[in-house]
Amino acid sequence: MSVIKVVKDKCIGCTVCVKSCPYGAITMDDKLAVIELSQCTLCGACVKVCPVEAIELKVERKAIPGMEDYQGVWVYAEQKDGKIQSVVYELLGAGQRLAKAREAELSAVLMGKDVEKLASELFMRGADKVYIVEDDTLEHYVDEPYARILTRMVLEYKPEIVLTGATSLGRALIPRTATELGTGLTADCTGLEIDSESGHLLQTRPAFGGNIMATIRCENYRPQMATVRHKVMTEAEVDESCTTGEIVKVAITADDLASRTKVLEVIQEATQAVNIVEADIIVAGGRGLKTPENFNMLHELADVLGAAIGASRAAVDAGWVDYAHQVGQTGKTIKPKVYFAVGISGAIQHLVGMSSADVIIAINKDASAPIFNVANYGLVGDLFEILPLLTKQFRKMLNK
Amino acid sequence: MNIVVCIKQVPDTTDVKIDPRTNTLIRQGVDSILNPFDSYALEEGVAIKEKLGGTVTAITMGPPQAEAILREAISMGCDEGILVSDRAFAGADTLATSYTLAKAIEKIGNVDLIICGKQAIDGDTAQVGPGIAVHMDLPQIIFIQKVREVTEEKIVCERMTEYGYDVVEGQLPIMLTVVKDINQPRLPSLRGKMAAKKAEIPTWTVDDLDVEVPRLGLEGSPTWVDKVFSPPARSGGAKFEGEPEEVVEAFMKAAQENQLIQ
Repeated sequence: MSVIKVVKDKCIGCTVCVKSCPYGAITMDDKLAVIELSQCTLCGACVKVCPVEAIELKVERKAIPGMEDYQGVWVYAEQKDGKIQSVVYELLGAGQRLAKAREAELSAVLMGKDVEKLASELFMRGADKVYIVEDDTLEHYVDEPYARILTRMVLEYKPEIVLTGATSLGRALIPRTATELGTGLTADCTGLEIDSESGHLLQTRPAFGGNIMATIRCENYRPQMATVRHKVMTEAEVDESCTTGEIVKVAITADDLASRTKVLEVIQEATQAVNIVEADIIVAGGRGLKTPENFNMLHELADVLGAAIGASRAAVDAGWVDYAHQVGQTGKTIKPKVYFAVGISGAIQHLVGMSSADVIIAINKDASAPIFNVANYGLVGDLFEILPLLTKQFRKMLNK
Repeated sequence: MNIVVCIKQVPDTTDVKIDPRTNTLIRQGVDSILNPFDSYALEEGVAIKEKLGGTVTAITMGPPQAEAILREAISMGCDEGILVSDRAFAGADTLATSYTLAKAIEKIGNVDLIICGKQAIDGDTAQVGPGIAVHMDLPQIIFIQKVREVTEEKIVCERMTEYGYDVVEGQLPIMLTVVKDINQPRLPSLRGKMAAKKAEIPTWTVDDLDVEVPRLGLEGSPTWVDKVFSPPARSGGAKFEGEPEEVVEAFMKAAQENQLIQ
């Protein structure tokens, strides 16, 4: 069993560890740090901040046998209705970097119905090899067959790293696969690097609602698996001269396809305005808009800019707009190029969902609203006057 | 219908930050709360029980003080709460956590529905629910925004996606995770509060579960945190004040100079 303890001779009573504990498990007693074990989760935050190495965390870790057999980087090439999803190109961009650092192959895995024709796009984006899994019953994503087949492929071909997009599909498929394999999985990564000393994958992701970043390791198990946040990694460049490569067709059996769930219907809602995770520009509204009719004013600006519509929790809870548009802690985390916050005061629960936008533009009549602390451009004033003027100006500028 | 709802006590994440000067974690408050997504899971579990009969058991893995959220669950209509707590479970990542919870749910026995919130707001992984499903060899439907139909044999749900939603049918027993849109959690009733106060909450330790010890806690976790640091800080930029026309004009000038929108 793992143990954590304070080495009394070393502790200088500086209290840095007390503040570092996210679970409030450390107190001071007679100028020495004391860890309340019933509250400690062994997260190790205190170990790293202690300036005198007075906190020891002992962990027995054993590497699985045959680790060195695992080689190469795999990217799951998510497709929908025969179209490769853009996050895949970002994964290939990251995959190229990682494969180069490991002097290994970059492969893509394509699953679905009639997907082989998509392989050339993956070769053009740097894949050395493409694994194809095709069957009519795989037309829509279904958890069990997809996870079962991917698990078997990993056991057979032994990739060292497996990446997927942190999409609704990726976050359903990969936890199942990683659990079947008994290996580690890091969710929603925003940074991936190879540790130049050990060759292991360093996976960086936001935690605690984006208030902190954590770098995660999975050194003793293979493969190292991660889902990757959309719009963070740079897309692999297109090389049109390279449209072919090695194709591996994976045979499947009737047993592989057994499933206790089935997709009855796929409902596509008006895409552009809804899909705030993919959007480059988002126009979002909050309580300051006051009524559902006013909320519709946002659409005019959004149409001119080709933007999606976002909303604060207040606007969603008031029923002005669907939950799919909610940005923030209990909604979506987004990273658009430009984010307009209209009549949104900027509660921390909202800020954690949108503060990684490249540029934030806030419109609010309260000059001291917290949203202005994160906004690159703050427009102070009555939004009911400013919004129509802004829409008019952008229409003129963009000749619409 | 035997329903289990998995819940978690989390630090109020708005309290947890990094000190930009020292690069260390600082926690401003000590508030621990029921993970917000789990209240929707509890509500859905209780609503299904009210329709089809049966029991709803809330279960959590955590330190002794996590008992508080089990009482909260009972006040919302759950029949009982189980605390899975032992030093041996500490430091678990999502693989070890889902293994431990799966073993605890197996001990409850004959479970038809397992419901979890979409994700916990401290880790934001959304991996424990699917992990439980695999450890128990169950199907799953995740990110459910609406339950259209549920019987003793099957369930039909709307699964939220990037482009809209999928209508998915699943056979019971099954593991479900839910998003906020699915319902409006009820407030505790007076009767519920009384029941919560009186309830005896059993604690299951490592000795109560049929588990392989090396698969628990820190040892059973393939992933671990190497370091924590602060995200790049953001600070306020240009602020435009005055008459609306002036404000918009000044902003448009800056927007054009910086090629904000093209």
